[in-house]
Parts: sequence; structure tokens; C-alpha cells
Amino acid sequence: MDEAAAATETPPPASSPQEAGEEGAIRTRALTKRYRGGQLAVDGLDLTVPAGSVFGFLGPNGSGKTTTIRMLMGLIEPTSGTARVLGRPMPRHTRTVLPHVGALIEGPALYGFLSGRDNLLRQDAADPTADPRTRRARVAAALDRVGLAAAAGKKARAYSLGMKQRLGLAAALLQPRRLLVLDEPTNGLDPQGMREIRTLVRELASDGTTVFLSSHLLDEIEQVCTHAAVMARGRLVVQGPVADLAAGARGRLVVTTPDPAEAARVLKEQGAGDVTADGDRVSGEPPERDLAEVTAALVTAGVRVRGLGIERASLEDAFVALTGEGFDVAG
Amino acid sequence: MSRADTTAELRDEGPVRGVGAVGEAAPVRAVRPLWSLGLLRNELLTTLRRWRTLALLAVLAAVPVLIGVAVRIETGGAAAHGGGDGGGQGPAFLAQITNNGLFLVFTALAATLPVFLPLAVGVVAGDAIAGEASAGTLRYLLVAPAGRTRLLLTKYATVLAFCLVATLVVAVSALAMGVLLFPLGDLTTISGTRIGFAEGLGRALLIALVVAASLTGLAALGLFVSTLTHSGVAAMATTVGLLITAQILEQVPQLHAIQPYLFPHYWLSFADLMREPVYWDGLVKNLELQALYAAVFGSAAWARFTTKDITA
Ligand SMILES: Nc1ncnc2c1ncn2[C@@H]1O[C@H](COP(=O)(O)OP(=O)(O)OP(=O)(O)O)[C@@H](O)[C@H]1O
Ligand SMILES: [Mg+2]
Repeated sequence: MDEAAAATETPPPASSPQEAGEEGAIRTRALTKRYRGGQLAVDGLDLTVPAGSVFGFLGPNGSGKTTTIRMLMGLIEPTSGTARVLGRPMPRHTRTVLPHVGALIEGPALYGFLSGRDNLLRQDAADPTADPRTRRARVAAALDRVGLAAAAGKKARAYSLGMKQRLGLAAALLQPRRLLVLDEPTNGLDPQGMREIRTLVRELASDGTTVFLSSHLLDEIEQVCTHAAVMARGRLVVQGPVADLAAGARGRLVVTTPDPAEAARVLKEQGAGDVTADGDRVSGEPPERDLAEVTAALVTAGVRVRGLGIERASLEDAFVALTGEGFDVAG
Repeated sequence: MSRADTTAELRDEGPVRGVGAVGEAAPVRAVRPLWSLGLLRNELLTTLRRWRTLALLAVLAAVPVLIGVAVRIETGGAAAHGGGDGGGQGPAFLAQITNNGLFLVFTALAATLPVFLPLAVGVVAGDAIAGEASAGTLRYLLVAPAGRTRLLLTKYATVLAFCLVATLVVAVSALAMGVLLFPLGDLTTISGTRIGFAEGLGRALLIALVVAASLTGLAALGLFVSTLTHSGVAAMATTVGLLITAQILEQVPQLHAIQPYLFPHYWLSFADLMREPVYWDGLVKNLELQALYAAVFGSAAWARFTTKDITA
């Protein structure tokens, strides 16, 4: 939580907007993408990713996360609006910006007929700023970092899903980067793999790399991210420090008691909303008044109280509250 | 986005700041021209390591072997029957093989140029961009960042290299078979004059180069098709389809008005290198036409690829 608190001042004071350091690692203004089919995938996005943050990019399926990332990486042209990455407009400056960016976009893509090592050698050769003299060493280091050193000589076609994902990550780590853009990096990884990724992200962040991470795994975001943004139907719903987001969804008052019916009645009387009883657990939205008074009222009414407290909302609650309960993907 | 960022541009806006690390101003990583060629080298090696490329080359190498063996068997018993069937340029060479193995090179090139060679080139060119797109590797090359113009040039250079390699495979395989199965020596040109074996070998090499150059127009066409789709198979099929269509149109007499603009029209003019003196007219027209195709479809491919949304 210390990390989150330290990075709370967002956006940074924009004393001189020319200074890349002042304007965040990523900054979009009214960024909009309408695909050729007419699908409005991203709609007026104003996103600011503070430099040095670990930024979680959340949203239900089809909410426009990957589309945003494609625009940031210069793969697709925005319909309108602007995107700046590391202080420079994209896609105009792909040549100068992208060598400092490692990316994993919509899962890994490999040459099945090449070994894992040869895949990375090719990826590195594609970067004209990468020194060929250190290529082999950097590839070996990247393979080692994602735990693939032993499988480096194996044809990529024979890799498992998690191994492919790791190789994709290794490609993003071929050079020291200032920004890492990871679209669902833990997809297909085993629990150890996920842990390693979390450790890796923390490590990179402590070296000063900004990490932009899209994921559906809210636990994960809550554990590693300092900041987060939530998308829904192509629009930005909210962005800010993770601690603030979770706090935004109010916690619930929970009373544990052998007299649930009576307790529920008293809680309603005391002004708690949405009261539900489930076995010996009665919960509701906490009333405005002091909880001490609520406790006194319960005891006065003869309710035997085993426990009473506020359960803090998780990021998941915040996420569902912001993007809706519905399971169906927006059309 | 296609334009190479120059250092002048860098100075305009100042270096990319080390926004990650506090107060650290890491140097801008410069593009080194020599390092840029790393991708071409890798692309050539990668192409030649593909099972598919090797299969295509193996088929091409097999054609001269088949022709050589067939001619040998055919003429094995009944010794050299005077090659009277002039007509087409191919058969004119064919009849001479038994006298001189070097003619197997000319025959094999004449036999593979209409179909086998362009088919192989169509497959490689059609797959160049679309294959990367369908595998998803295109987006990673572009964020590397390979640069769209650089990637396209690299791909075209690789397809051209493949044209040359494929042609040389046919020529070398034919030469080997010729040496193995038939006598060698001075040769008679189409014009009836005699030239020495060394000069004949030189002409064979020249012919191989001209044949390879004949494929450059198709290579550009295939590359253009390759930028139009996200499916490697569709691009290969379309390119090969265009080749077959052009070859059919060549055969329809009513279409003689448009035939001089079809890329295979002057392909067989390479035989004119076997005249004494060499008859340059058709050869020059062929090379001009190939250059025209390369310019037109190369530009089209560039215009398309540098503005395309890469969503695969
Ligand atoms: N190439 C495309 N052409 C047309 N529409 C597209 C294309 N790619 C995505 N879309 C549409 O754009 C919207 C946003 O898609 P996007 O891939 O950005 O979502 P996402 O947030 O990454 O989803 P997920 O969590 O499933 O990865 C969706 O409605 C999708 O149907
Ligand atoms: Mg996505």
C-alpha cells in the first residue's frame, strides 16, 4: 500500500507540458477508434499513465483495451484524438519511441518452425537500434529471466501455451525498457508463472520502468498495480490510484449473530440499506451514523452479537459496480 | 508512419526523456544503418530454413533431372536422330541435349520458366507479408520496431533473392545432369554459328540471370497482393491465380492488343541470348516490363502497407 500512497499525486503538476517526464508515460486525448466495419471500439479516451507507475488497465471483454494498446503501439491509426507515448505523438514517432517499449499484445505470436532462441534472435534483429554484438547474450538473459533457458532450443511449435506466453514476455525484455505494455500477460500461466510475473513486474517497476498491464484478474491488479483505469464499452469509466478505486466502492456492514431476523430488523431501523441475511451473517450498506450506536441498538434489542465490522470492498466489487453485473459482451 | 525518423527530427523535439527513471536521461538509441541490415540477413536465413522453401527448391531441382533422364532413355538406343523439329525455342534446345549437355541448362530453364519457377516465386511473395499477418508475428516485427518501409523492402529483397536462388538451383541441377549424362564441348547457337564451351557456360549464367530478372515483376505483384489480406494462403492462391490468368490470356489470339503488357509476355526472349549476334530487342523489352511491374506494384504495396491497420 506504501507504493500506492507514494504515487497518489495524479496527474503530476503539468508545469511545462513539453517535458516528457511531466506528462506521463502514456497520455491520450479524446482518443477514438472506429473500425472499418463501423464498430466504435474506443470512444473519446483520456488516459494518463504516470511515469513509474504500474498501471492496471481493466475492462470486460470487448471494452476496447486491446484496441487502445494497438493505437498506442502505432499498429492502427486512431480515427480521431491523439496518443503520446514517452512524450511523443504516436504513430508518427514509432521509430524513436518503440525501441524503448516492450510489448505483449493479444498473446504471443511465434514462428513454429524456429526454436525459442531463434524466435528471439529474429525479434531482436528487427530492431535497428539493437546491437548485434550483444544480441546472443541479451537473448540468453531474456530466456533466463522468464525461466525458458532449458527449453530455448526446442521448436516453438512444441511449446505449451504458458511457454509461448513466457517467450512473448522474453521478447519484451530483450532490451532495458522504459515502458512495458502487457496485454493479459498471465494468460495461460501456471500459478508459479503468475507469481514470477508479479515479481518480475515489481522488479521492473522498482528499476523505474513504467508497466502498463491489461488483465481480467483483479486480484493480480490489486496486488501489483499502483494505478488503474476501468474501461466499459469503449469509454473510460474511472482512473486513479488503486487504493482510491477500491475505496470508491463502499464496504459493507457485517453482523454475525445467532438471531439474524431480529438483527436485520434493527439494522434497517438504524438506517442500513440493502440488508440481507445469510445464515448467521447479516449484512447491509453501513448507515451514516456512528457504528457504536448501531452496536448499542443491537444489544438493547437483545440481539446476541458475535461479531460486527465493515468489510472493505475489493477491487472486484468496484469493478462490477462500475461496469455492471451483466455477463453478456456488449455488441 | 512510414517515414524514417531522422536525427534532425529528434533535435526538434528533444530526446525521448527517461520518464521511467527519476532524473535519468538515458541516451536516445540511434538507428545504425549497418544494424538495419540485420533483419535482411535474418529474413534470408529464416526463409531458407522453412520446410516449404526447401520443398519448392527440391521440386525445381528435380525438373532438370527428369528431363535429363527422359532424354537419355529416349535416345539411348536410337542414336542421335537429326533434331529436325525446330518450331518453339524450347524444343530447339531439347534436340541438342544429346550433342551437348550444356543445352540441358537452357532446356530446363525454358521448361520451368512458364510454370514451376513463377509458381514458387508466387508462393514465397504471396506469403511474405500476409503469412506474418496470419501468424500474428507481423505486429511484433512492427513494434520491434522494424519500420514498415524497411520491412517491406526487406521482404522484397528476400523474394528477389529467392528468384535468383530458385533459378540457380534449376541451372546448377541441369548442369550437373548435363555433365553426368551427356558429352560436353563447343555448341551451335540458334543462328548456326559455333561458340566455345567456356563462352557457352558464360551465356548459360547470363541466361539464368535474365530468367531470374524475368520473375521480379511477378514478385512485386505477389508482394502487393500480400499486403491486401491477413491470410497467407489467400495471398499465395491469388498470386498463383494471377499468374495462371496471365498465362491463359497470353494464349488468346484476340487479346494481342493487351498481351505486350502482361508480365510473362517476353519471358521466353531469353533464348535470344543464344543467337549470334545476340538479339537484344525482346530482352530489353522484357526487362523494361519487369521494371514497370516492380515500380507500379512496389509503390502500390508501399502505399497500402504503410497506411494499413494491423489488427491481426
Ligand atoms: N479488427 C477488428 N475489426 C472490427 N472490430 C473489431 C476489431 N477488433 C476488435 N473489434 C471490436 O472492437 C471492440 C473492442 O475490442 P478489443 O479487442 O479492443 O476488446 P478488449 O477490451 O481487448 O477485449 P478482451 O478483454 O476480450 O481482450 C469489440 O467490440 C470488438 O468486436
Ligand atoms: Mg484484448
